[in-house]
Amino acid sequence: MSPLNYLKNSGVSIIILAITLIMSGCSSPKSEIGNEDAASEIYVPPGKHDEFYSFMSGGWTGNISVYGIPSGRHLYTIPVFSQTPTNGYGYTEETKALLNTSFGFVPWGDTHHIQPSKTNGDYDGRWIFINDRNTPRIARIDLKTFRTDEIIEIPNTAGQHSSAFVSSNTEYVSANTEYSIPLPKPLGSGVDVPIASYKKNFHGTISLIKVDQKTGQMDIGFQIQVPPFDYDLGRFGLGVSKDWVFYTMYNTEQAHTLLEVNASQNDKDFVLAVNWKKAEQAAADGKGQLISSPYIHNLRNPETGIAETETKEQVRVLKPSDLQGAIYYMPAPKSPHGINVSPDGEYISEGGKLSTVVPVQSFTKMTNAIQNNDTTGSIQGIPILKYESVLAYEVKDAGLGPLHVEYDGEGHGYNSDFISSEIVKWDLKTGKVLDRHPAYYSTGHLTVAGGDTRNPYGKYLIALNKITKDRYLPTGPEMFAGEQLFDISGDKMKLILDFPVEGEPHNAAEIPASLIDSGQVQYFKLSENRNPYVTRTEHDTKVVRDGKRVDVYMTAIRSHFTPDNIEGIKVGDTVYLHVTNIEQEWDIPHGFALKGMLNSGMLIMPGETRTNVWKPQSPGIYPFYCTDFCSALHQEMQGYIRVSPADSDVKLTYGTNKDL
Amino acid sequence: MKIRNKILLGVAAIILLGVFLFPLWQIRMQAPQYPEGLGVNIWIHNITSVHPHNIDTINDLNHYIGMKPIEPDAVPELKIMPYIVVFISVVALIVLWLSNRTLFIGWLIMFAALASAAMIDFYLWLYDFGHNLDPDAAIKVPGMSYQPPILGSRQLLNIHVNSMPGLGGYLIILSLLIGVYILIDELRTKKTTTKKATLHRERS
Repeated sequence: MSPLNYLKNSGVSIIILAITLIMSGCSSPKSEIGNEDAASEIYVPPGKHDEFYSFMSGGWTGNISVYGIPSGRHLYTIPVFSQTPTNGYGYTEETKALLNTSFGFVPWGDTHHIQPSKTNGDYDGRWIFINDRNTPRIARIDLKTFRTDEIIEIPNTAGQHSSAFVSSNTEYVSANTEYSIPLPKPLGSGVDVPIASYKKNFHGTISLIKVDQKTGQMDIGFQIQVPPFDYDLGRFGLGVSKDWVFYTMYNTEQAHTLLEVNASQNDKDFVLAVNWKKAEQAAADGKGQLISSPYIHNLRNPETGIAETETKEQVRVLKPSDLQGAIYYMPAPKSPHGINVSPDGEYISEGGKLSTVVPVQSFTKMTNAIQNNDTTGSIQGIPILKYESVLAYEVKDAGLGPLHVEYDGEGHGYNSDFISSEIVKWDLKTGKVLDRHPAYYSTGHLTVAGGDTRNPYGKYLIALNKITKDRYLPTGPEMFAGEQLFDISGDKMKLILDFPVEGEPHNAAEIPASLIDSGQVQYFKLSENRNPYVTRTEHDTKVVRDGKRVDVYMTAIRSHFTPDNIEGIKVGDTVYLHVTNIEQEWDIPHGFALKGMLNSGMLIMPGETRTNVWKPQSPGIYPFYCTDFCSALHQEMQGYIRVSPADSDVKLTYGTNKDL
Repeated sequence: MKIRNKILLGVAAIILLGVFLFPLWQIRMQAPQYPEGLGVNIWIHNITSVHPHNIDTINDLNHYIGMKPIEPDAVPELKIMPYIVVFISVVALIVLWLSNRTLFIGWLIMFAALASAAMIDFYLWLYDFGHNLDPDAAIKVPGMSYQPPILGSRQLLNIHVNSMPGLGGYLIILSLLIGVYILIDELRTKKTTTKKATLHRERS
């Protein structure tokens, strides 16, 4: 697009931007609140539950925050990629292996895209998948326990923004390179190469991770080596297009420095369309190469509940030449970002960060163009379909900086605009704009309840805003992000709630409460606890010394620990504190805190065993206590450990309610 | 005995065996922290939790007031009572077979006596649980005892206790009532037949 055309096309939007800025500057948000209808719509009376769970990626928190919709109440935060000293996640012997990578122990992450598991294109409430952008990993969270059960590392990739997308029946999760990198031989020419040799030596990869239908366990199915563009976002097709997966990308310029300028030169970038069914077949047929690419797979052992790390050695890598008839580029306006497929699978829309229109491609037109070989050349063996041949329409006046699109199942698309800070609603058949509403401020992702499924629930739309500023009571320079809930059940979008959320949610998924709440684990059955260090009754408690290693088998029940007096620990010992919560009742966790503990606290759910390692540094009496207010005599839930000098002859003794 | 009463006696004997299928008594507890409620089912041979692990929870809570834990294995009555019920049922069938009114009356008296003894025993257990408390208990409220009601409701500190027969208990009551009905009917029949006999004699 020439600069002149760009100006012409964006003229209307610039006026809108100006109006928006004036509105947000002058009009007080009070016009939005004080609306009694809105208040009753979001009101969930005490003791009542929300209609939806909203799972929001925490961005740089590395975790997932869970909210109730429509109330916006914060229900829980699921530790995923970040060590959580408050409950011991990533510190205890049972959980720390989850954070192992081929780089070593990585205690944090950058979560971006949440995708729930699907059956027939609809959410099924079993698992959610989420990526770590920084250290390429995918995590799987079990929605019966709201716990991270598995984390798999993705080799041959970097800046893993373009993930974690889930196919219609959760056959695959897709995870792709944003920041292309040189690949080891024989895939590339080795990893120690000049940065300036980007075009020659750098590569991108598309990874398809196979998901076991019963257990949810992940394993890399295969990778596809692709040109070194920045693969940004993606979505699997639905319905008619369910065998395909689509990815946006920018930096077709293949810049490696000052990307904000150098990767913004081409008028068009691409969408990559891959027929994953055919690619799967090609991999099964033994096409491509098995490459030595060690990567780490961490899994909470379903028997013991203890996370274990395994190194996997090889992945199968396909090249575009192995995928003839199954891989295509479709041009998309300058630097596209989000890509979303309509519920019937027919329409594929991209947000163009630097575009003023939202292009909507037709899947039918795409398959016709493939049949008619309607191409304009190819890149590294990937044919480029003609833009005009696949385009259904462009949404004009979609706002400035459209980023993402979601659908309501009633024949509407909604796009978010970062620059003009608004939500725009349009007709899915024609692209005609029907409504627009300002958002405060600068919306990134937006989400319609079930908006990426075959049958969206509609009703609510959430704008995930990147800038908070004055929307809430200020909390210094650092603030939570601000989200906005819209009622989209009528012709006009209605803003009904602002609510702050932790971290920087990049995207979110709303799942009906009824799909999740009835299957919740309330506590773990003690009789089924297979942790090798479980202590099932107070009679079984013991303290065992083996050289310099001491194992404390302790129980916690309201309102005491057994043993609560231990003597005979010496400086230089490594003490394994195995605490089993022997309660069998909902919501009676016990905590464990020990004076001077360098590791973390622990929160132990009923029926569970947690282990922390303690290396006492100096003699003395070390009190410990329960950190979760468990009972009326919670304060009394305490004990003492005596640490003696290394050469002392104090005998190992222990007990509760007796003098040692 | 009348044919109809013999059938009813058979029914009473069989109904009684329903106590092996349904709990005799149910004690339910409500507290602010337990919106879902806690409870125990008392069976002819066992004590079980209404919701999983309720007995563990109740024992855990009761240790604060020094109450003894509920341990079904430590209640000898639970081992004897199944035999007693089978015995009552079998004797009823023998009475039915012999069709002897006097034996029937004996059976009914025995049944009523054993049922009453069971209730008294149940009350004594509840009394023992409520009064025989560990003197070292953390919570001691002067003058307070924690005996659950045998029938109906009572507030014990934060816990509202409700005690009602279970289906098994109702079956015993029904079985007993059938017995009483048979008794009344048999006695009335005896009177009428005697009267009829007298009338007959007078006529002749």
